[in-house]
Amino acid sequence: MSDEKKGWKELPIGAILEAGTAKNYKTGDWRHIRPIWNKEKCIQCLRCWIYCPDSSIIIKDGKVDGIDLDHCKGCGICAAECPVKPVKAITMVSEKEIK
Amino acid sequence: MRKKLAITGNEAVAYAMKQINPDVVAAYPITPATEIVQIFSQYVADGEVNTEFVAVESEHSAMSATIGASAAGSRAMTATSSQGLALMFEMLYIASALRLPIVMPEVNRSLSAPINIHADHSDTMGARDCGWLQIYCENSQEAYDSLIQAVRIAEESLLPIMVTIDGFIISHAMEAVDTFDNKEVQNFIGKYKPAHPLLDIKHPITIGAIDFNDYYFEHKRSQIEAMNNVEPVILKINEEFKKSFGRGYGLFEEYMMQDAETAIVVIGSTAGTAKVAVDNLRKQGKKVGLLRLRVFRPFPAEKLSKALSHLKAVAVLDRSTGMNAYAGPVCTEVASSLYTHSDLPASQQAGKKPKILNYIYGLGGRDIFVEDIQKVYVDLENVAKGEKTEKLINYIGVRE
Ligand code: SF4
Ligand code: SF4
Repeated sequence: MSDEKKGWKELPIGAILEAGTAKNYKTGDWRHIRPIWNKEKCIQCLRCWIYCPDSSIIIKDGKVDGIDLDHCKGCGICAAECPVKPVKAITMVSEKEIK
Repeated sequence: MRKKLAITGNEAVAYAMKQINPDVVAAYPITPATEIVQIFSQYVADGEVNTEFVAVESEHSAMSATIGASAAGSRAMTATSSQGLALMFEMLYIASALRLPIVMPEVNRSLSAPINIHADHSDTMGARDCGWLQIYCENSQEAYDSLIQAVRIAEESLLPIMVTIDGFIISHAMEAVDTFDNKEVQNFIGKYKPAHPLLDIKHPITIGAIDFNDYYFEHKRSQIEAMNNVEPVILKINEEFKKSFGRGYGLFEEYMMQDAETAIVVIGSTAGTAKVAVDNLRKQGKKVGLLRLRVFRPFPAEKLSKALSHLKAVAVLDRSTGMNAYAGPVCTEVASSLYTHSDLPASQQAGKKPKILNYIYGLGGRDIFVEDIQKVYVDLENVAKGEKTEKLINYIGVRE
């Protein structure tokens, strides 16, 4: 989106937009705990992908390939659902510690 | 075939809905809803319409489902009354802001508490600023005709519309209604071409996205403009209706206004009673008139003030109260239109505006009689002559 904001006459009526605009709206900075995915531990069961409410588990060729931190809100559901034991393949770490 | 039917207001409205044959009707006729959707559901059960009828679990859901159906790209309707409209409140704003041309008959009934299901305008007056168009009908014939017009008005202006009738007085009373042939109605409303259907998978869109302080105002400004532009649409569609069916209605109806010195402004069924009062007084040589306001949203401020500004005194009858320690909703808008619009240059305006009186009447279905209205004209005459100072707020028919 350009810096020049549109006037009301240029806007589509009813605030109707093209589809998929949530992708452009980065909500990742709301997060205070971050999921860290461990590729070696992951058994590729895809539970995290099923449960993630923000579609933030990145899949490549049918396999988990990382986490979309631009949109992940840090809810921790993926880590809670990961079945790998005793240490899960996704663990939550405080953003403060990372910074 | 055109038929003259002896039907109630509810039946007239349901019959018009049948002839409109909407794609979707979602409804939850909670008390005090009227029989409109119940009658319509019989048409659905009998296969007389192609409508998908969605029985939802509340009127909030009824409006939500209607919004969903309309956004998907279907011609969608629902009907409600009183508490049901109040429960829809949140969704009414969403329907109008998303520019969905939903058509909704509404039966004017009072709001609780105390519990009461009889006629007054508190329900739709409470929803007057939610971005919906509002047409108040005097009788069943006008309700039938207006609902058919409403489909075109909504779809052309891309704004939702409610067409209202007074509870019981119109909704449950039987009148003769001239109805048209199904085909004629279909030809008049035409095939629905949705502006931006959600189900058009070749052109995927987002509806109802978040819109913070950087764009919300612009979107609202554009919605305001939509409302600004509706008046000529209503008048144009009315002209087409007249051509097809030989009847028509304006933004308001002027009755004996040509040489009138005083007048009453009223909306809804009370206009019928007031016309008898005008006829009686005209026989006595009194120069009285009546202005029945039909289209309340958009509010026809300019045309209305032109029609009233030459009068000496005007009484506005409100079948609801603003609960604002000032005046009823129709009165405040009529009065403000006279203040903000005038044909006279500013230098000549002083003292030229009509005196305004407000009469609150008929709350909770309290009857109003011809004699009550004649008394209002007597008040107006005295005020016009300067023999009585006007009191802004007056009540008709309430016990002290
Ligand atoms: S923390 Fe929540 S939002 Fe982020 S990837 Fe895991 S499940 Fe998705
Ligand atoms: S839930 Fe755990 S093991 Fe399963 S795919 Fe996700 S990270 Fe890998």
